[in-house]
Amino acid sequence: MIVLLICMLIVVVGVIRKVPVFDEFVEGAKHGAMTTIRLFPFILAMILAINTLQGSGLLNVLMDRVGGGLEHFGFPKEVLPLVLLRPLTGSGSLAVTAKILEQQGPDSFIGLVASTIQGSTDTTFYIITVYFGAIGIKKIRHSLMTGLIADLAGVVAAVFVCTKLFT
Amino acid sequence: MNIVWAVLMIIGVGYGLLNGQEATALGNTLTKSGEQAIALTMGLVGIVAFWSGLNRIAEKAGLVRSLGHLLRPLFQFMFPSLKEHDAALSAVVMNVCATLLGLGNAATPLGLEAMRQMQSRNPQPDTATDAMCTLLALNTTGLTIFPATVIGLRIAAKSANPTAIVASTLLASIIATITGLVVDRVLRRRWRP
Repeated sequence: MIVLLICMLIVVVGVIRKVPVFDEFVEGAKHGAMTTIRLFPFILAMILAINTLQGSGLLNVLMDRVGGGLEHFGFPKEVLPLVLLRPLTGSGSLAVTAKILEQQGPDSFIGLVASTIQGSTDTTFYIITVYFGAIGIKKIRHSLMTGLIADLAGVVAAVFVCTKLFT
Repeated sequence: MNIVWAVLMIIGVGYGLLNGQEATALGNTLTKSGEQAIALTMGLVGIVAFWSGLNRIAEKAGLVRSLGHLLRPLFQFMFPSLKEHDAALSAVVMNVCATLLGLGNAATPLGLEAMRQMQSRNPQPDTATDAMCTLLALNTTGLTIFPATVIGLRIAAKSANPTAIVASTLLASIIATITGLVVDRVLRRRWRP
């Protein structure tokens, strides 16, 4: 509903301000599509790695060992691999989220939590590398710590908010 | 990244073989990955292209600029050290607005421009300034009003309601962002340049 209203608003404002809306939409969509298709090799590489880890049984062992304790706090252990990979790799966490959605169902509680985590955190390591790397900053001070704490807050908030909204 | 991937692959295959998994079962997983990657990419292309198209209209209609104007006072409060440095503050505002709208592609160049502007007045060019750290805190929390990528993942997984997570994602990312900003304020004193 909100999404539809935003769409309408954008098109209406576009028409009022005399933007060639169709041409610009197509142009933007072309860019979006190309970017996503260029992502394919990365997604493939990460799905391969994660399927291998899971097929070998190692992922389940890790999840039971580490995740078992977390269950006491109402934290679904199935999303643990996502939490660990999220700050490191964008395509990797995409692949893990896809895997969780496929196995648990996108509309299950775990599926909703995984989707929310994926959307409310970011690839902290990557962003810090790119932003500071571009201007030659060597001493990054507290920024990595801040990013990781914020990611953790996002994960805790995702579990909390989903528990309130969806159960 | 190369190391992360190598480690994942090697311990995956290694553990599988040690664990007495049949090589064919492991091989099947590998071939199945291609299929899954295609399905996932296809699910993403539709929704990301749609949102990029809409955003292109928003950009051309000056909506990003308007949003920036609206939010400017808030940024003057968050970046007190940029009060005298208008070019840097403008780039910061545009970067965060682009992130908010989910325009990842536009956001990164704007963010790098903001970093360059701030670096031009940095007394210690190898050390991050307070304002840089605050900008990074805003960028690493994934604050966005429309998480197109996640919705694409949910479409690919045949969700009955792909946009069900818009509200929960917004709430969780607001909490993450506020936490990031508070932690930034607190930790900045302990890591003086």
